[in-house]
Amino acid sequence: MRELTQPALASRPTPPSGEAQRRAARWDLFVELAVTGAGVAGIVLLLLMIVFVVREALPLVLDPTQREQASLGKLLLPQPWRDGHPPAFLWNPTSKVPKVSVWPLVIGTLKVTFVALAMAAPAGVAAALFTSEFAPGRLRTWIKPTIELLAGIPSVVLGSFALMTLASALQATFGFDFRLNALVAGLAMSLAIVPVIYTLTDDALRAVPHTYREAALALGATRWETAFRVVLPAAAPGVLGALVLGVGRAVGETMIVLMASGNAAMVSANLAEPTRTLSATIAAEMGEVVMGSTHASLLFLLGAILFLFNLVLNVTAGAWVRARLQRREGAPS
Amino acid sequence: MTLGARFAVGRLFERLTALAAALIVVALGVVLVDVLRDGVGVVSWRFFVDEPGAGPTEGGIFPAIFGTVVLTLVMTIIVMPLGVGAALYLHEYASPTSRVAGLARAAIHHLAGVPSIVYGLFGLGFFVHTVGGAVDAVTGQTLKWGQPGLLWAACTLAVLTLPTVIVATEEALRSVPREVRLASLALGATRAQTLGKVVLPAAAPGILTAAVLAISRGAGEVAPVLLTGVASWLPDLPGSLSSQFMHLGFHAYVLATQSPDVDAARPALAGTVAALLVLTFLLNLVAIVLRVRLRRGMEAS
Repeated sequence: MRELTQPALASRPTPPSGEAQRRAARWDLFVELAVTGAGVAGIVLLLLMIVFVVREALPLVLDPTQREQASLGKLLLPQPWRDGHPPAFLWNPTSKVPKVSVWPLVIGTLKVTFVALAMAAPAGVAAALFTSEFAPGRLRTWIKPTIELLAGIPSVVLGSFALMTLASALQATFGFDFRLNALVAGLAMSLAIVPVIYTLTDDALRAVPHTYREAALALGATRWETAFRVVLPAAAPGVLGALVLGVGRAVGETMIVLMASGNAAMVSANLAEPTRTLSATIAAEMGEVVMGSTHASLLFLLGAILFLFNLVLNVTAGAWVRARLQRREGAPS
Repeated sequence: MTLGARFAVGRLFERLTALAAALIVVALGVVLVDVLRDGVGVVSWRFFVDEPGAGPTEGGIFPAIFGTVVLTLVMTIIVMPLGVGAALYLHEYASPTSRVAGLARAAIHHLAGVPSIVYGLFGLGFFVHTVGGAVDAVTGQTLKWGQPGLLWAACTLAVLTLPTVIVATEEALRSVPREVRLASLALGATRAQTLGKVVLPAAAPGILTAAVLAISRGAGEVAPVLLTGVASWLPDLPGSLSSQFMHLGFHAYVLATQSPDVDAARPALAGTVAALLVLTFLLNLVAIVLRVRLRRGMEAS
């Protein structure tokens, strides 16, 4: 809980007398206004971001040609694409008849995120349990800064690793038909999000009061039972926050998937096939797009989808965490 | 289950968690060794100070290093006053019940979760097309500021790193005891004088940490600059804030994905990645050390 005491500088002092003091007071007021302005800038920027990403996608609704080229039906329903073939979900906005289904991209994003989370969530939470509950003191002081340092590896470096080394190694081991696929991208992505999940879970576990552990141990629980059945559930809101942040990172991460996913937009549940995500599509196609075209508006629409997804994810997770924390703190002690 | 069995199961799971921790450290270590291995012996001093040659495998990467450094420098100049100002407002001026401060906190929290590619789209739509287009219209130029360039990329990265700076600066402000502010005010200093002469000097190491964190984050981001001003091959150094520029991260991307002969590009790729890693790691290391000191200082007081 944040302290509810008033900050020391919150109230304006009494008006001054004398020229020097008046000048000091004017400067004082100016600083207050400047600082308040900077504080409000966060709100302004978030609003601007919504306005400008949505504004560039708006012609899809307002412009008759664009509305026709990318109607809701074309975005969401299977479309005929070749005689003799059943209608399909296809993304190819630069072909002669633009195909603009968002499903291949949404599914691709979900596939890569799923792989990344399936690897990073168990590993990150387990490693956090180790450093907060079991590790001897000296090891603990080394592992966390090391992993935090590694969290600073730029994603383009992880992408290079996935593209040059990981993809070949996995293909040699599992005999994939495609060298670059959702699995390769997801694995590389797990390297990007595991430090995030680990660090925040570790923080949440350490914030659990020591009395919980002492009570469990005194009742005869083993160290593992204490950690897994008492400390971990008590830290659940923080752990969920860590996982949500991990998912958010994975959904929005661009360079890794751009380099390692193979970038073929297709609807398939097979993780060993190439895939294309929302973020990679924006990055790959924005460079060649004609501004003002349907294609450009579509890319901004994809950006708006990403933006909204993260907003909804944050808001729902935040509400859940607050409810949980209230229950924990409100419980009779 | 007998007591012995419960302890055995517990020990087994404890070992598994240790294994998970080891796995993470080793996996990330393998990445580092692997991406750097190809460069050893091939990368020379000349590689870092030379201009790029005709092909991706010839010449050096100096313009990319220069572009990255200038980009992050301009970004820092933009983000620090804004971020420190916002943190000062939230921590020093706003009352805990203030509606505006609550909204600002929520907005910053959400900004931190926005994917970096969306920042790129925002930078393109807002800074390049709207602000840049307006500057061009007012000054009567065509497509000077209204196209992707160094300043707009730096502005975009500044917005991206703003939440980082605000959160880290607030932590620094928390480390300054309330009593020193009260003492300063009681001695007759105005609030601005208290900030400038007491609070900010005391919080300076923490604010430095904030800057370093922002720089290391900004230097590694590629997706936003991809849309707002980077060029894949540009041996001339950027001459003005409206020029396009080369960038280490983007150069690594180009070498890895756009080279006709991937194996020939490996040494250059390893060298570029090495430069990028050294830049971001040194900065991160500095931030971590500063942070540990700051926290020790807090615990001591």
